[in-house]
Amino acid sequence: MSLEDAFADGPAFIPYLAAGDPDYESSLKYVEALERGGADIIELGLPFSEPIAEGPTIQNAVVRSLEGGMTPTRFFEFVEDLDVSVPLVCMTYYNLIYRYGDDPGPRPFVEKAAEVGIEGFVVPDLPAEEAGPLREACDEFGLDLVFIVAPTTRGERLDRMMEQVSGYVYVQARLGTTGAQSSVSDQTGSSLERLADYDVPKAVGFGISSGDHAERIVASGADGIIVGSALVDIVAEGTSAARQTASDDVADGHENGDDAETVADRLETLARELKEGAVAGASQRPPHPERT
Amino acid sequence: MSADGKFGDYGGQYVPEALMPAIEELTDAYERYVLDNEDGFMDDFRARLRDFGGRPTPLQRADRLSERYDREVYLKREDLLHGGAHKLNNALGQVLLAKYMGKERIIAETGAGQHGTATAMACAHLDMPCEIYMGERDINRQRPNVFRMKLNGSEVNPVTVGRGTLKEAISETMRDWATNVEDTHYVIGSVVGPHPFPSMVRDFQSVISEEARTQAREKLGRLPDAVVACAGGGSNTMGAFAEFVDDEETALYAVEAGGSTLEVDEEAGVAPNSASLTTGSEGILHGARTRLLQDRDGQIMESHSVSSGLDYAGVGPELAYLVDTGRVTAVNVDDDEALTAFHRLSQMEGIIPALESAHAFGYLESVVGPDAPDSAEADALGEYVVVNVSGRGDKDLESAIEETYERDIDIAPNMDEFTGGL
Repeated sequence: MSLEDAFADGPAFIPYLAAGDPDYESSLKYVEALERGGADIIELGLPFSEPIAEGPTIQNAVVRSLEGGMTPTRFFEFVEDLDVSVPLVCMTYYNLIYRYGDDPGPRPFVEKAAEVGIEGFVVPDLPAEEAGPLREACDEFGLDLVFIVAPTTRGERLDRMMEQVSGYVYVQARLGTTGAQSSVSDQTGSSLERLADYDVPKAVGFGISSGDHAERIVASGADGIIVGSALVDIVAEGTSAARQTASDDVADGHENGDDAETVADRLETLARELKEGAVAGASQRPPHPERT
Repeated sequence: MSADGKFGDYGGQYVPEALMPAIEELTDAYERYVLDNEDGFMDDFRARLRDFGGRPTPLQRADRLSERYDREVYLKREDLLHGGAHKLNNALGQVLLAKYMGKERIIAETGAGQHGTATAMACAHLDMPCEIYMGERDINRQRPNVFRMKLNGSEVNPVTVGRGTLKEAISETMRDWATNVEDTHYVIGSVVGPHPFPSMVRDFQSVISEEARTQAREKLGRLPDAVVACAGGGSNTMGAFAEFVDDEETALYAVEAGGSTLEVDEEAGVAPNSASLTTGSEGILHGARTRLLQDRDGQIMESHSVSSGLDYAGVGPELAYLVDTGRVTAVNVDDDEALTAFHRLSQMEGIIPALESAHAFGYLESVVGPDAPDSAEADALGEYVVVNVSGRGDKDLESAIEETYERDIDIAPNMDEFTGGL
């Protein structure tokens, strides 16, 4: 299924987790729980040592994942080991894409990603101006390249980005870095208005943390919602709880099966709430005349 | 440089989308105010550098070093600039530019604290609120500079992620900028980051080589055979080199921090040096394509230097380009050589240099010192050498004395009674 197809039957719910957070085996279970909870697309983070677009929640996830031994090579194995059928998008920083393989440049990474079944990329430090080589490689291997539209993106820059985007656009709901918020930004509506004339699905992210948020975002016109930090928070809580238990019991390691199952259940529960919120939001929207 | 801010394949604008409009706005302001002197911006800037900063700084003959090295050694005294380092040239330029642009808030990162203090001074001088991000480890190494920033009215925000040095401070400042981009200017401290920063910072710093070139003509009757400057991110380096780049008779030496060794521990992700020009490879960090210390996957490594101002895993894209094209020669000096040079300059010339600047003198000693082997390198240095004293060492006194105590630096004075308790 292509990324765009995932938007065909109502609003798409797109959760994010960092692959390998806090360890390889638990992380496989967590990602699979997202699909059970109703994910239509899953964004999988490949951790980079300098995540400049991330807030503290995902910075910490990156640290846990890197400490757990995640590398680009392990990431591709992780994708192959995952038992999910929804499309996967790789979210990472450009240096990891650029450095993979024998020769600098994005092609070897994209080729490998296509081989393991990844459908597209989100690269937060790669604006449209620098994206030519990656766009070319994505075209060659039939992958999508998702761009982030910020509240500050307008005019010519927006046009340039829309010429290169495929799959969906990631509408950044507010300025700043990633992170769960207690309320929904009011910048979303105007961003969606600027994008109304472009025929590509619009998924809104940055700060969504509850079914209620999801409902309002979709009701205001989004075709999908992207949720990262609120889910990563559950992984973080589970990890520190497991570490606490492990040190109390003098047990070894934190990859305790029961803990991972419990965390996976919590992820599935929040995923379901978010997906149901999105669906409820869609029912409140006026019908789209240009979309059938 | 091409219109899109590329130096060969280096440079560019690899930043989050939210920052792009601010970067376009800054590029426009750079072109109008800095390149075209709109509203007399550059005249205003130069007048403030003179009256507030104390420019021009002298080009001084180092008599005893000249004798030791059997050639004319001249010092470009950026340590005498207000604040004690070259950093004010850039900080004053950028804060003034932010003022002309109508920005209301300044943020900056700092490693050694020199850029932070320079930015704090410029902000007090120009009445702008200022927040500085500084790694926690650097805060502990550079306490006097933390005090100075606070005394000048700036907030100092500790950065605790990673190893708590410059790399993490830059990432955190970029996050602040992405959040507050509409009213905030990020005063980046070196010739790094996305276009237009590498070009703009070079232009503000190029007053060093502009003066040195004129002063050399006056004092020596000709251009120097070599200019030597230390290189971390590369702002004093590019400042000292910029006006000499077209003078092919003048050789340019960028002295990197060799740290404890040039060997790299891939497993631990640690490069015990900061020699990205010497040992790094091409990659993308903090908005630019340049040479980096990175592992085989492209993860950025933790760098090391006894000098926190050089302790950075990247380097300015233009400097990387000039090294690739052969115009600039990248060399390196390890921690011990730098500390020895720190003591030598203090004792022989009455100048306590910043540990950063000490690296430049360590290079002289290694190629033309009494124990140096005869080499083509020594010949290439020529008869007239200008060394950029990028800053003074007051900020480094505690750490330099501690580091000296932990090693065997034979020319160092015995200060054992002061160590351990610092």
